[in-house]
Amino acid sequence: MAEPTSKTEINCTVNGEAVRLNAHPMARLLDVLREELRLTGTKEGCGEGECGACSVLIDGVLVNSCLVPVLQAEGTEIKTIEGVASGEQLHAVQEAFIACGGAQCGICTPGMVIAAVNLLERTPEPTEADIRNGLAGNLCRCTGYMKIFEAVVRACQNQGNDNFKSEI
Amino acid sequence: MRAYLPDYELKSPGSLAEALSLLSDEPGVWRPFAGGTDLMVLFEAGRLAHKKFINIWNLPELRGVEVTPEHVTLGALTTYTEVQASEVLRKEFPMLCRAASETGGLAIQNRGTLGGNIANASPAGDSPPALLVYDAELELVSTEGARWLPYEGFHTGYKQMLMRPDELIKSIRLPRPAGPWRHYYRKVGTRKAQAISKICFAGVAQLEGERIADVRIALGSVAPVVVRCARTEDVLKGREIDEETVGAARAELAREISPIDDIRSTANYRLQVALNVLEDFLTNAEYGLKAER
Amino acid sequence: MQLVGRPVPRKEGRDKVTGQARYVDDLHFPEMLYGATVRSPAARGRILKISFEGAHIPWDEFVVVTARDIPGENAVALILLDQPYLADQFVNHPEEPVLLLAHADKYLLEEARRNVRIEIEELPAVFTLEESLEKKEIIWGEDNTFKSYRVEKGDVDEVWKTAAHVVEGEYHTGAQEQLYIENNGIIAVAGPDDGVTVWGSMQCPYYVHKALLKLFNLPEDKVRVVQVETGGGFGGKEEYPSMIAGHAALLAWKAGRPVKIVYDRAEDMAATTKRHPSRTRHRTAVSADGQLLGMEIEFVVDGGAYATLSAVVLSRGTIHAAGPYFCPNVRIRAHAVATNAPPHGAFRGFGAPQSIFALERHFDKVAKTVGLSPEEFRRRNFIQEGQTTATNQVIREKVDLAGILDRAFELTDYHAKQKQFMESNKHSRRKKGIGFASFMHGAGFTGSGEKYLESVVGMEATAEGRVLVLAASTEIGQGTNTIFAQIAAEALGLDYDSIEVAKPDTGNVPNSGPTVASRTTMIVGKLVESAALGLKQTLTNSGLLSENYSAEDFRAACRSYIEQHGALKSFSKYTAPPGINWDDERYEGDAYGAYAWAVYVAEVTVDTVTYEARVDDFVAVQEVGRVIHPVMASGQIEGGVAQGIGYTLFENVVWRDGRMINNQMTNYIIPTAADIPPIRVFFEENPYAYGPGGAKGIGELPMDGPAPAILNAIEHATGISINHIPLMPEALMEVLGGERG
Repeated sequence: MAEPTSKTEINCTVNGEAVRLNAHPMARLLDVLREELRLTGTKEGCGEGECGACSVLIDGVLVNSCLVPVLQAEGTEIKTIEGVASGEQLHAVQEAFIACGGAQCGICTPGMVIAAVNLLERTPEPTEADIRNGLAGNLCRCTGYMKIFEAVVRACQNQGNDNFKSEI
Repeated sequence: MRAYLPDYELKSPGSLAEALSLLSDEPGVWRPFAGGTDLMVLFEAGRLAHKKFINIWNLPELRGVEVTPEHVTLGALTTYTEVQASEVLRKEFPMLCRAASETGGLAIQNRGTLGGNIANASPAGDSPPALLVYDAELELVSTEGARWLPYEGFHTGYKQMLMRPDELIKSIRLPRPAGPWRHYYRKVGTRKAQAISKICFAGVAQLEGERIADVRIALGSVAPVVVRCARTEDVLKGREIDEETVGAARAELAREISPIDDIRSTANYRLQVALNVLEDFLTNAEYGLKAER
Repeated sequence: MQLVGRPVPRKEGRDKVTGQARYVDDLHFPEMLYGATVRSPAARGRILKISFEGAHIPWDEFVVVTARDIPGENAVALILLDQPYLADQFVNHPEEPVLLLAHADKYLLEEARRNVRIEIEELPAVFTLEESLEKKEIIWGEDNTFKSYRVEKGDVDEVWKTAAHVVEGEYHTGAQEQLYIENNGIIAVAGPDDGVTVWGSMQCPYYVHKALLKLFNLPEDKVRVVQVETGGGFGGKEEYPSMIAGHAALLAWKAGRPVKIVYDRAEDMAATTKRHPSRTRHRTAVSADGQLLGMEIEFVVDGGAYATLSAVVLSRGTIHAAGPYFCPNVRIRAHAVATNAPPHGAFRGFGAPQSIFALERHFDKVAKTVGLSPEEFRRRNFIQEGQTTATNQVIREKVDLAGILDRAFELTDYHAKQKQFMESNKHSRRKKGIGFASFMHGAGFTGSGEKYLESVVGMEATAEGRVLVLAASTEIGQGTNTIFAQIAAEALGLDYDSIEVAKPDTGNVPNSGPTVASRTTMIVGKLVESAALGLKQTLTNSGLLSENYSAEDFRAACRSYIEQHGALKSFSKYTAPPGINWDDERYEGDAYGAYAWAVYVAEVTVDTVTYEARVDDFVAVQEVGRVIHPVMASGQIEGGVAQGIGYTLFENVVWRDGRMINNQMTNYIIPTAADIPPIRVFFEENPYAYGPGGAKGIGELPMDGPAPAILNAIEHATGISINHIPLMPEALMEVLGGERG
């Protein structure tokens, strides 16, 4: 082992709050969120960028936080699952997941909700292909995805798109 | 997470010039770090041997899409998402957009970059076959200035390339097509998303009546580097697409590629499927060269 | 009020969608150390030397545990005691645990783990089921056999000579990794004074409890096991947690500090249990008009290096091997054999997906030989009420597989598509096919298993009239908390929201048995119902509650009772329904209290350019007694079908010298949202008297149908019969060969 790298200061915003982090620059954003900030909603499922359980939004863009070195979070706005609801008021996607049975064991759910929230932000009336594609980076082992798709459709409808008719 | 974190260094240079200085002051000591979608996977597996990285993610000189009458030039940090969002790329270089849409999933596409993909030098990359067929050129920069070289031949062996340790890929330039091309891209992976390719085929052609006036074919995952199949192209040029032509092209391609067995697939599968995809490119009634336009 | 049958919101749903649900890796204890396992690099051999290399590593800071540190017995208590917690002199599989390390710095810990070298003098190893059966090298017991069963019904030897047709076949299934998205993890606090407490991801707290008692030689009240929110199990966290809990506790015992062990994906995939690979041989005698005369079946499963649960997997696979058909003469010989791979273990279906795959592939072949369509052959042999199964169990309910088949065919437009595909396949590179499988799945423990388990459920009411369900059954995504609350609320006539389900903590809840075998709703749910009725009875018997009461009345009654007696609790213990008789010696009788019956249909496309097969549409029709929660029930089927599709077409464990070498999610492939077809689920009801509300168990059922349905469809699409899974494009290419369109 060489001389250990020193930790560095990283300033960013997490769920609307300014934070000052002190971490090794290559530390995974995932670990810094979970351990420094105690935001344990974001999960590790694979540590290789395959499963999406670690999904967060950086400046509104969906990323796998296990693949982001914390240095690159400098100056960014990060949203984790803890920032999706507005206080006690759940996001339409969260309510839909409850209503439709989109969560079973729940471990993929934070990442899946983040991906779905992001999908609807980008595409308020997604086609079936958009939904499948938008969630293809989030693996679920329990549900077979069917009720997750339904939840996304329900969330669209509940967000006021009454004319939204899904192919699903 | 298997890496020994304190061993690793990542620093953010203030500018491209500063990054290049670092690279030239200590050649080989520092390596560039872009979106991290390849390097972090190695890092987490405890297999990232190199320890000192320069964060180039925020350098604006490495971003952007520039369009001139002759070329479309992409900054090396153009992400797969940005590729898919570009109207000119969708219109004139659709295979690059296809390749981008089939790379990983959205989260990977938001962070993975063309420059990173090229520098990773994997023969299984999804974009390189399209880049080869579109005759891409690379701009490499260092403290000594900039130089252009064709992407074809850039990779000289498995994970090897014609780039000095003090250089960075700055941009990728695509000559805009003159006539109407037919594009055919096919990635054969382990599943529809989040898949490493077993083979990856990119082909473009120009037809004059029934004859193939010009054709370019490139394949990934069938050799130590992504290959432009020039000999197969030669067999096809000037010919009509009939059973004999298809047979001759298949035979030539079989000689031109050298797939292997690995953890994902077999040499024989890769070979047979490459030949089948070539045939499909030529003869598919819906989207091959034989299709009606 | 009616709650059973309604889609009430999941009890812990809000926590799960907000990221507030806490899984074991989300927990942090003060002074906590991280633990890691150093594992055997070889498949079989004698441990010669263990070296701590790496001069840069401060070894004196580490807690190190070997077999010598074990206070009690170095054996994971399950069925046999052959599996050590830590290998002492010999190793019998790659990744076998040899040594444990703990340190506060998890990065340094990993660096240290890399620098422990275990030198092994290798012994010849056995890697396949076939090699094990050959017995050239004996690696376990006297003859490599963990267990054998023999089922004899009628006299099968007499049928071969006179049968119009005798059809043989051989079928293979590969290993499958459970791939719960949350890796195994445990936190332990342990010491000679206070005993051992563990928290973690698991399905069966009392299994872990039993195992720790033996490991530490402690009395029952000195070991406490708490299940924490668990991110999927599917059987992969049935027995394995006993191992990792023992490891964490051994480190904690030695360190005097809490220890957390959480595996990363690569370790979890390589080192923990997988579904047993299998080989089934069929020989079937049929009359000229397609009536089953005799079946002779040999069913073999590969159990890996230690016995673990192989005897029980073998049992279930054996009992399901002859399927939902009537056959007067049956012989099944079954064996679980040892190989030098990490022990295989429980995975949803537990032997039945293996033997049912073989049967339903075989029966398409038999149909063809006889000259009947696959469905006509099934119709002529579906078991009916009053007839006997292969183990001579008399079916005592109306079984309408023919009706289920009709419905499945109608929903999929089966016959029209069959014809349509045969036509369109003639001029397309994409060959389409449609196929089905008909099957049953028994719920609960086999035979006298439930009696032996003696499950108990408790219920406690507070002075405010809130009711707490006390059971060791775990929520692992399948809906335990919700279903139990629904059942209790309905039995008590209360609001769903006034029922809580206690966290499964062995210090607090009675042993309701393991969360396995499709028993949680059917068996334990019934106990929840009776415990609730018992609670009500206690109040009515004390004159505090009348027959018709409101929620307020109930609250008042609880308050009074508790004022008078201190606490209000009721317990219910399992009693077997009348007439269940099972003979363990002869392996005969009533194997399961109830069966769910199903027909699944798969529509596929085979691309002859790339040899990829994909499922385009999937319909699952099943009779399940009664649907307690329609959303959760269909969620179970959808999830199981997705795992079944993975088992058939995507999930291939690549072995090298007994080790899984594709132990990363990038190379062990499960379907993504882009890959999964529409899965359409339909239920029929036929209430089972001894299930709560009439429910039968369904957790494992959906695992059985997809593989044979898909391969039957692929045969329809290509004309080629393939008899092994997983079926990867590389293998499909070999058989399709020059068959390209």
